[in-house]
Amino acid sequence: MNEVLVRSGGLYTTVQDAGRDGYYAIGMPPSGAMDRYSFVAANMLVGNPDSAAALEATYLGPELEFTDPRTVAVTGARARVTVNGDPVPQWTSLRVAPGDVLGFGALSAGARPYVAVSGGIDVPEYLNSRSTYKLTGIGGFEGRALAEGDRLPLGGLQAPPRDGLSVPEEFLPEFPEVVQLRLVVGLCSYRLTERSLESFLETTWKVTKDADRIGYRLRGGTIEFVEREQPFGAGSDPANVVDLGYPIGSVQIPGGNEPIILLNDAVTGGGYATVGTVVSADRDRVAQTGTGGHVRFTPVDVDTAVQARLDRETRLSKLRAVLGR
Amino acid sequence: MSTMNAQLPGVFYRRPTPDHAPFVEVGGKVEPGQTIALIEVMKTYNEVKADRSGTVSRILLDDGDEVEAGQGIVEVDEV
Repeated sequence: MNEVLVRSGGLYTTVQDAGRDGYYAIGMPPSGAMDRYSFVAANMLVGNPDSAAALEATYLGPELEFTDPRTVAVTGARARVTVNGDPVPQWTSLRVAPGDVLGFGALSAGARPYVAVSGGIDVPEYLNSRSTYKLTGIGGFEGRALAEGDRLPLGGLQAPPRDGLSVPEEFLPEFPEVVQLRLVVGLCSYRLTERSLESFLETTWKVTKDADRIGYRLRGGTIEFVEREQPFGAGSDPANVVDLGYPIGSVQIPGGNEPIILLNDAVTGGGYATVGTVVSADRDRVAQTGTGGHVRFTPVDVDTAVQARLDRETRLSKLRAVLGR
Repeated sequence: MSTMNAQLPGVFYRRPTPDHAPFVEVGGKVEPGQTIALIEVMKTYNEVKADRSGTVSRILLDDGDEVEAGQGIVEVDEV
């Protein structure tokens, strides 16, 4: 029986893989694990391909019962993790036997733990991905978050189990009080007054309760738009522009003082001015910043953004070598 | 006396809807599993359940207050 039984779904746990790339033009966001680094590390620990589907939890982890021998690993947010009630380390491969129960206590840092299981979560692919896109109910496990009683299919084992394999300290993420997010300014930053753009970059923003896989709404500063004559095709709000494609990670400020960072499940285009885009590597940090957390934006150029992405992949390659995967 | 903490960050509510009485009042008894508050986050209202029995001696937050994970929400005298 290649299944894992969901005894509790936690707050919001979904099946995610490396994402549903290639369909942005038809309005389909990529979904996928929001913290790519933690997601890939979890897969490495259990001997899966980097892109194998795993579980992404939010704030409250799930409770999972295994029905066959597997290797599991929990990465991402710092949490109290247990097997059969006994504390177990994170960022470490763990052997589980039929009947063993993986559970979570409260998080002490970060927002999203990842659970990888050897063999991967074998839900059907939709448009070449197992990622859940809950807004439209596609992909993942029935297009939704996990609930008590669900039976998740697991894939066949591809690598021999390795118990006790552990990610060294220097490869663990940090969870600072104020999270620095590198931002490429544009595409519509011209809509902000010069002073307002400066203050946007100098403000420490607080993450509101409206922060999920679609977007993060922030609070903490004020925004002033440049006065203009409403262009043909744009809405009447000062934040409106003629519709454009929204970069993933882009920051818009629809009608007011609350910027929204658009994330993996966001709408792909629309008519709000995007004043900047969080570099892709730093979306990992966004994923681990929860409601009540603080972020600041640091302006960088596109070359720096591309380098940040390469640096993350280099770090994962080094980790792979250390783990012998 | 002991404190029950929020497991989630979000916005705290003492009552199921604005028109209803609070789930618990100071002096009231709670049992494990009893709903004592709601925390709104990610567009859902999540029930906060008591994890022990006792008498509520203090309620540390008010309707609409922001709450962090791990923050104390009610104090109870355990029986």
